[in-house]
Amino acid sequence: MAERTKIDARGAFCPGPLMELIAGLKLIEVGDEIEIWSSDKGSAKDIPEWVAKVGHEMVGVEQCEGYDSIVVRKAK
Amino acid sequence: MAKHIVIVGGGLAGTIVANGLCRQLGDELRSGEVRITVLGNTDKHMYQPGLLYVPFGKIRESELFRDQRKVLDRRATFHIDAVANVDVDANRVTCESGKTYDYDYVVLATGSRIRPDQIPGMEEGAHWFYDLEGARKMREALRDFEGGRIVVNVNVPHKCPVAPLEITFMLYDYLNAKGLMDKTEITYTYPIGRLHTLEPVANWAAPEFDKFGIKSETFFNTKEIDPAAKTITSEEGSTREYDMLVAIPPHTGAQVILDSDLGAGGWVPTERETLLREGSTNVFVVGDTTNIPISKAGSTAHFEADTIIDNLASLVMEGHWARNYDGKVFCFVETGMNSGTYVWFNYTTPPNPGPPSQMLHWFKLAYNRLYWLSARGLL
Repeated sequence: MAERTKIDARGAFCPGPLMELIAGLKLIEVGDEIEIWSSDKGSAKDIPEWVAKVGHEMVGVEQCEGYDSIVVRKAK
Repeated sequence: MAKHIVIVGGGLAGTIVANGLCRQLGDELRSGEVRITVLGNTDKHMYQPGLLYVPFGKIRESELFRDQRKVLDRRATFHIDAVANVDVDANRVTCESGKTYDYDYVVLATGSRIRPDQIPGMEEGAHWFYDLEGARKMREALRDFEGGRIVVNVNVPHKCPVAPLEITFMLYDYLNAKGLMDKTEITYTYPIGRLHTLEPVANWAAPEFDKFGIKSETFFNTKEIDPAAKTITSEEGSTREYDMLVAIPPHTGAQVILDSDLGAGGWVPTERETLLREGSTNVFVVGDTTNIPISKAGSTAHFEADTIIDNLASLVMEGHWARNYDGKVFCFVETGMNSGTYVWFNYTTPPNPGPPSQMLHWFKLAYNRLYWLSARGLL
């Protein structure tokens, strides 16, 4: 069962949700997941774009009240 | 029984907290109701932002340092004895000497450190300016540099998020003044899809890069460096050649945080408004040590420290909470050797940097001196 780490990056302008995700992925094992909360409307586009480019896996994007919940699985 | 406040770490954050508490708790310290102990690992206090100027010979190394005992308020007890373990269940700190300190409140201010060892080849193949030894080596390399490909390579996470752009513009100005830019190519790599994580800063930097002919590659997270072949390869699959590599290495938190099992990566899970360790009511966390998704920078540490001072003093004197941290960050940004700007934001206000000017560059130079007043809690 994959472990899931939550990062609440709502209101994070710097370093921002994608940078927090990249840093967070360094701290988990391959196969585990990060659930990141972002109030930056660009994250729902930026994060999947980077995840595809680098070769991790998108698990899902859920729109919540005022933020997006984005789940990424570390693939390598 | 005196209330004992232990501050772990004598960097900027720990020093401001100690000095601010001494100021606010003067009567309690005098009467013996409160004791404040600072545990650090060096007798020197370094002005870290000054490292940016070392590679260019723009600051004397002696200007970076002060005697920590002179920076700290005399009413705080200071021991040079690095902390080996923090037991938040027993309310006890153990130092490398074996001495233990029981506390009523502890402030974790252990900071962050560069970890070039975490990327294969970086220690051998890269220069950096985030510590004094690296900045000295970079100064020597720049002095001997006669032209070629320079790659400025930014890794995650890192403190002082504007420093990578600053060093890039300063490199351009330095090499241009030496008449080397016609045979030099500067390329800046960044982990996400723009030149800086702050969108307004990225939007400002892009045309500046164009103006100076600075190249860039975004979505570049370093996988490995081959020092013999002088190549750097990204997780995204790109490889670049370099003659001189200037890296902003990835950072981790302090070893004591890892050894005390207080947080992955050495970052302590911290409530973003109270700055209390998650699950604790007497463990405050300040500066780079937190896992709050906010800039790891001196100004963050400063504004967080001010909040902790108010709350700790209020708790000790009157038993109630004073105020929450609003996420404020303020950073000067050097945009060359003779111009600068600034940016500020908090949890609810997005950043909006103004146009660069020479005046703002002078303000930053002035702050390089005023820092010591900040550390003493006077500014």
